[in-house]
Amino acid sequence: MSAGEVVASFVVPVHPHTVLAPEQNAGWQRLRDAFDEAAQTIRELEADLIIVYSTTWPSIIGHQIQADPNPEWVMVDHDFHDLGSIPYSFNIDAEFAHAWDEANQNRGLQSRCVNYKGFPIDVGSVVALTLLNPDNKIPAVIVSSNMYANRSETTVLAKACLDVVKAQGRRAVAVTAMSLSNRMFTDFIEPENDKIHSLKDDEWNRKILEFLEQGRLEDVGQLSRTIHRQIRVQKVVAFKPMWWLSAMNGNRNDLTGRIMAYEAIHGAGGAVVSLDPTPSGAGDKEYDEDDVEYFHGERGVLDTIDEVEDDGGSPPQEGSKPTKQGPDLWEPTEAEGSVNTTTAPKPVGAYPHARRVGDMLFLSGVGPRQPGTNAIPGGPIHDNEGVPLEYDIRAQTHAVVENVRRIVEEAGARMDQIVDVTTFLVDMKRDFAGYNEVWAETLGKVGPTRTTLAIDALPTPIAVEMKVIVHMAD
Amino acid sequence: MAKGQIVAGCIAPHPPHLVYAENPPQNEPVAEGGWEQLRWGYERLRASLADIDYDAIVLLSPHWQTYVGTHFLGLPHFEGLSVDPIFPNLFRYHYDMNVDVELAKAIHDEAEAAGLPVKMMENPDFRVDYGTITTGHLFNPDWDKPLVVISSNRSTAYYSVEVMQEMMIELGRVTRKAIEASGKKVVVLASNSLSHRHFTTESEVPEDMSKEHITSHAMHLWDMRMIEYMRTGQAQRILDEMPEFTEQAIAESDGGGLSWLLSTLDVPTYPATLHGYGTIIGTGNAVVEWPCHAHEVSEA
Ligand SMILES: [Fe+2]
Repeated sequence: MSAGEVVASFVVPVHPHTVLAPEQNAGWQRLRDAFDEAAQTIRELEADLIIVYSTTWPSIIGHQIQADPNPEWVMVDHDFHDLGSIPYSFNIDAEFAHAWDEANQNRGLQSRCVNYKGFPIDVGSVVALTLLNPDNKIPAVIVSSNMYANRSETTVLAKACLDVVKAQGRRAVAVTAMSLSNRMFTDFIEPENDKIHSLKDDEWNRKILEFLEQGRLEDVGQLSRTIHRQIRVQKVVAFKPMWWLSAMNGNRNDLTGRIMAYEAIHGAGGAVVSLDPTPSGAGDKEYDEDDVEYFHGERGVLDTIDEVEDDGGSPPQEGSKPTKQGPDLWEPTEAEGSVNTTTAPKPVGAYPHARRVGDMLFLSGVGPRQPGTNAIPGGPIHDNEGVPLEYDIRAQTHAVVENVRRIVEEAGARMDQIVDVTTFLVDMKRDFAGYNEVWAETLGKVGPTRTTLAIDALPTPIAVEMKVIVHMAD
Repeated sequence: MAKGQIVAGCIAPHPPHLVYAENPPQNEPVAEGGWEQLRWGYERLRASLADIDYDAIVLLSPHWQTYVGTHFLGLPHFEGLSVDPIFPNLFRYHYDMNVDVELAKAIHDEAEAAGLPVKMMENPDFRVDYGTITTGHLFNPDWDKPLVVISSNRSTAYYSVEVMQEMMIELGRVTRKAIEASGKKVVVLASNSLSHRHFTTESEVPEDMSKEHITSHAMHLWDMRMIEYMRTGQAQRILDEMPEFTEQAIAESDGGGLSWLLSTLDVPTYPATLHGYGTIIGTGNAVVEWPCHAHEVSEA
């Protein structure tokens, strides 16, 4: 079995006009022709899986993945019902869906499969699968867009998907069903009068397309929040698809992009764009936002009873969970220049999270403990009695880097301004390789100087801690 | 012909959890109960209207979301299966409902004459949204009254709460006008939650009431403030504070239902009856009735 990979990616528009009425407007027809060409490309690539991330399927409880092997119904658009109905009968890879769901949970995401007769598949997915996979030969999978998800969650969603693509050795095509600018005319128009809603929307759309044509997917991901503010109606689902698509392509800026069509659909910006993973030769550009592997989450709101902030100072109770063991927690101190955040774990003594002097920011030693719960990702290294436990150094190191990021950002600095790091490991022999691997994926990309020391123990049952110095001037 | 009349106006929620918890034969999943305070609230609302005679229910649901104008169901009968795209585990409901197309068209025509973009929905394959069905079921489980179903125009998202409210006040005005001209007795119903911040996880047993509470203190304060205005006949203050309420409580009033309702009722100065309040996956929900029949004297 070959190693799985994403063999191509496509951005496609969501409204039903390209299926139901392409002949009514020359632009709609050009979008339709681009769809047909994309379908041809997918066939020629011998893809064996189409993965659709749809912005017209919002979800609240994590992400949902369609797992009905053969969903069948008739789709009628809420707005454009007078264009007609789209009957559908899709070929869904339920096995992949369940594996993705499991991979999501392994990476800390809330996720579930849906398999219900009559489930209303959303317009974006129906249009994409109807046109990209007209004979249903290629199995497909559809994922929702979570209305509360942020970039890290959406990135981890893609990484979990890639876990399965690789494990199953699939030749996958990644598709985002989305508008660029999504502002439609709020009144009814004649098809021949269709155009992009405003000049500003058009200019932003062209900017996005220029980036995509240069294969700069990661840069579009960086700009997503700005794009959303500028040209997106604030619906429940923000401009998230580029986060997912970028992560599906390894967060790169050197893909080979092609704009196959760009037209208005009732005022919204509709484009068919293909992104070929072949490096464009432009040279990859810097990756300037933290790369997340696991979702530690702002979620778990139902579990507030268990997750009340540690009140600090209360000694560990007998029989408390292993993660609650260790020294008392303190409120961070507040001397001049101190930087403290509730998003980082509480100190185990009287000191701040960081302290700023001029352009320099000095962080206190940072471990992997989670704020609030005090849990240790990857598990504690020993139990209450000191009996050694199995733990994951990679997960611990990731959590340390994440805590560092929270403190650095609280100070108004950036990860790429970190200049020097001292790392303490309690078991150099066992842990250096795993720690080094995570380093290479994270801080190694930023390039600070580094010193790694083996020490006897740390105050809490953790295996790794970092001491970080940041130079905040640009 | 006697002048038509609004006999009652109600705001009532539509999370599918309420139908799920009730276990009606039309819904596939089975629950062990839950959200009783709200379901009993609906029960009290039904009892309160049991002896009031009316011909039709006019309902606005924020889950039929239209970006291009306001739409009205325009065929006399709809039936099928409604599966909630967000909570399909709770709601797979076989519906069978009748539409008062004549009244729908009358409101449509009045709105059109007032310059609002409107459209009749006449595609027989259309699936009625789950908000309409949930509220439709809980308000009238026998489904023996025809409905007028109005879509929720997304003008809050496109412009602002202020623009939405302006449009909804106009839509309310023409709704009232059309009802009065129709000679019919009608209940108007805004199907929406108040504060609308959801939990993002679901407990093992969805109906586990030990997990149910409002998402935050601020949401609770906003809900109580709005309910107090309802209970004390201060509808105008609700309209005045709609932008702040909608933004700060992330309220489902963004769909326009509440503004439309209050305008249809001519911004009532008499007290509404609170039949129930409760939270559903963290959102705030109330069942409230303005007993118009007791306050509006028919001229007929
Ligand atoms: Fe709702």
